[in-house]
Amino acid sequence: MREFWIIFKQAFMTKAKTKSFIITTAIAVAVFFLLANLPNIIGMFDDGEEDVLHIVDESGELAPLLQDQLAQMDSSTQAMPTDMTEAELQEGIMEGTISAYIVLTQGDSLGARYVSESASEFDNSSELQNAVQNMQTARMAEELGLTSAQLGALFAPVEFERESVSENAKSEEELSQARGLVYILIMLIYIAVIYYPNMIAMEVATEKSSRVMEILISSVSPVKHMFAKIAGIGMLGILQMMIFGLAGFTALKTSGSDLSEGFFSVFGFGDVRISTFLFAVLFFLLGYFLYAVLAALLASLVSRTEDVNQLMLPMMMLIIIGSLIAFSGISMPDATYVTVSSYIPFFAPLVMFLRVGMLDLPLWEPLLSIAIMLATIGGLGWFGARVYRGGVLMYGSAQSLKDIRKALKLGNTK
Amino acid sequence: MSLEIIDATKRFGDFTAVDRLNLEVAEGEMHGFLGANGAGKTTTFRMILGLLDPTEGKVGWKGGPINYSNSPEIGYLPEERGLYPKMKVEEQLVYLAQLRGMNAQDAKHEATRWLERFEVPHYAAKKVEELSKGNQQKIQLVASLLHKPSLLVLDEPFSGLDPVNVEMLKAAILDFQKEGATIIFSSHRMDHVEELCDKMSILDKGKVVLDGSIKEVKRSFGKKNVRIRMDQDIESLSSVPGVEHFKKVPGGALFQVADEAVAERLLAEAMKFGMLRHFSIEEPSLEEIFIAKVGKAYA
Repeated sequence: MREFWIIFKQAFMTKAKTKSFIITTAIAVAVFFLLANLPNIIGMFDDGEEDVLHIVDESGELAPLLQDQLAQMDSSTQAMPTDMTEAELQEGIMEGTISAYIVLTQGDSLGARYVSESASEFDNSSELQNAVQNMQTARMAEELGLTSAQLGALFAPVEFERESVSENAKSEEELSQARGLVYILIMLIYIAVIYYPNMIAMEVATEKSSRVMEILISSVSPVKHMFAKIAGIGMLGILQMMIFGLAGFTALKTSGSDLSEGFFSVFGFGDVRISTFLFAVLFFLLGYFLYAVLAALLASLVSRTEDVNQLMLPMMMLIIIGSLIAFSGISMPDATYVTVSSYIPFFAPLVMFLRVGMLDLPLWEPLLSIAIMLATIGGLGWFGARVYRGGVLMYGSAQSLKDIRKALKLGNTK
Repeated sequence: MSLEIIDATKRFGDFTAVDRLNLEVAEGEMHGFLGANGAGKTTTFRMILGLLDPTEGKVGWKGGPINYSNSPEIGYLPEERGLYPKMKVEEQLVYLAQLRGMNAQDAKHEATRWLERFEVPHYAAKKVEELSKGNQQKIQLVASLLHKPSLLVLDEPFSGLDPVNVEMLKAAILDFQKEGATIIFSSHRMDHVEELCDKMSILDKGKVVLDGSIKEVKRSFGKKNVRIRMDQDIESLSSVPGVEHFKKVPGGALFQVADEAVAERLLAEAMKFGMLRHFSIEEPSLEEIFIAKVGKAYA
């Protein structure tokens, strides 16, 4: 056990101390803070740049009504009555001193004409249209002698709800809340099962190509070496994820944004079940161990670090297929292919997590999937250790999956 | 016997890398391995280290098998140099010694001592890849014996070193032997084997073709070299019965003869030519023995 901890510490420390690790972590943390404060930052650029909308109103009655209406709508548009003629205003627009103006006319109904430099600047025209429409409604209501209660009843919104009858399904409301978070967590698991096992593969290949491997495995059994390394890098992954989690949480808390409204409502942070996070951690760990063992096995076959990517390709394909199923499954988590692949160990870390996050599954389903994954990790570990034992002694030019057989033979005890 | 290899055979598929190898190395002895590329040296070393299990036969150390439980007693310098290129020298030495059961503090202390002995203490904080090949080799040797193993396996320890450094490493290895370590090593330089080893084995195609103490090997080889220096042309002496090889050298000639009786005859014949400036009977060099036994020059 002593050697296990020495290798564990070494694998963890050397990686944690590298510039690339520190920089990647710092950048990610910075991005979290940036994203969390995005609404504030956008707001910063909006302020003070409000252009004034000039109102041409011959009657002189309509302009204050429009201003009132815009104020009621919380609009950012600043509207001001003007004495300038249309010709002067148009000149102003051409010169760039005036951004837009609106001409209000009173006939049987209200009329409005919005003029700006180009058609693409109609960004607030729909808002203006609503405002003018409201003015018209209020005026007509007054003419018809409707009370405000009658008016309210006239415009009362209908109730429209969606429900699904499937047992597993969450209500539409719950779904849209869970969707954003599950999406982000799947993304994180996906990145983690690619990033950390790749780190293992590079480590193993570097040790092999620099031939220090021969010294290592003459000191410590290759199996111990392999698992200590996987555990060490795994610890590194947990640390990094914890930093990310903490940074994300702090960033959101300190940004002063309301998490359940506006920009963040998309992610559904408003009402989060703690079990979703627990499952995310669990599936991250299982996915990591599964792919780390596979990566160590494959990397033990190469002689040069340049060959690692080639041999890792089949493994990457598995992860990518899993992620495709998971991402497509976000919109239909109870599709049959999603259900089936959530029990296939190589896809389960992503797909079963998706199902757990999006559906109300009976507990035995994720547990069964976890059991299958654990069994696969055990089997791969046993098999991988045997390949590893022979593989690390093999130095050839051609590397392919066929070499697994050669490695097994070489590593064979008898 | 401290190291014992009994009838060890290692086959890879149809290929027999090592064929019924027998070897005994006494405690505190230094044993040299000679053999062309592919003769089975590295496979033998890997079996001794327990990296490979013999297909047949067995390898034992102090009466028991060699496995990871006696890893602290064993030190290894592989033929292909292996260190972490990006790790600092001292950090690396301490790490590797820790894996061999040493505690970090002792390892650090010993590392400093060895770096000083090899006149490279200023490399402690440098990355291995920044060092010259010769200096990397010194670090590699330190890594193999830092933890004070009682069995040291050195695969080509002197390759790629300049003569000054070879002497420095040789002295260190001899000192280490004096402290009681059993040492097995291979070298492509016969003179190193001759100078350092008590006993030796020549391997060819996985088989031991010759082994024993250097003296024994030379004596049993039988043939001697005769060096004669005189002014007269003595090429005709090559026809003396028992002379197997004749080579003209500046100021005289070198003969290879079947035994000492032929040498005496050669002396008598040479004296007939005139004044003899020099006559000596020399032991054959290991190189000559190797060529005679393996049938080709040692690469």
